[in-house]
Amino acid sequence: MSTQRFSCSLNNLEKICDYISCCANDAGLTEAEVYAVQLAVDEAATNIIEHGYGEECPSRIDISCEILEDGLKVVIYDDARPFDPTTVPEPEIKVSLEEIKPRGLGIFFMRKMMDEVKYESSPDKGNTLTMIKHHHQ
Amino acid sequence: MDIQTSEFKRCTVVKTSGRIDGSNAQELAQALKAVTSKGNYNIVFDMSEVKFVASAGWWVLIDTQKTCKPSGELVLVKVDKGIQDSLNLVGMGSYFCIFDDVTAAVGSF
Repeated sequence: MSTQRFSCSLNNLEKICDYISCCANDAGLTEAEVYAVQLAVDEAATNIIEHGYGEECPSRIDISCEILEDGLKVVIYDDARPFDPTTVPEPEIKVSLEEIKPRGLGIFFMRKMMDEVKYESSPDKGNTLTMIKHHHQ
Repeated sequence: MDIQTSEFKRCTVVKTSGRIDGSNAQELAQALKAVTSKGNYNIVFDMSEVKFVASAGWWVLIDTQKTCKPSGELVLVKVDKGIQDSLNLVGMGSYFCIFDDVTAAVGSF
């Protein structure tokens, strides 16, 4: 298992994706699966930075990757305001272009791209988002 | 973010490369707005060198598509398979026509 700490800035999204891409490749995921994990983690990190920390980013985003027998487990830890992405309703996607509203798509991507998404929050440990991608081939 | 804009007789081609995410999506939004604010609603977005699009990027493209239609249309060119799969997976693939090359996309207008 490896862990990397990132400071809380949207400018770090590329570094975060590079790290995730490396881990996903090491886990033997296919190119499509690597992209899926990158997208899910990018969306999760963006949410933490934009919605969790708001204007102030005093703390950390720690990302751990654990290679599983059949895939990759990514755990994201942060100390931002508690925000459970698993409770956000899915956006209305199957609507006409005129009706689509810009909210919830990032979280929808997270759920669709990953096989498991779990969120926990506690005052002493902060927020923990666990996402698992299984290797399907 | 490097964004190139080329005006043709019937459409405008916009091209960028690398990633479109929460850190730079607004730059793309401004570039596309600069095109539509001149009344150019036929836009070809060349994605041949784009490797990653997060939801922030898709909202920019969806907003632009809303602005372009019904007078014109934003079409995409050479969308990476991973990017296209992610769009289809959330059911938004139908919002954009996708072409294999710029010439065909420009010729469609």
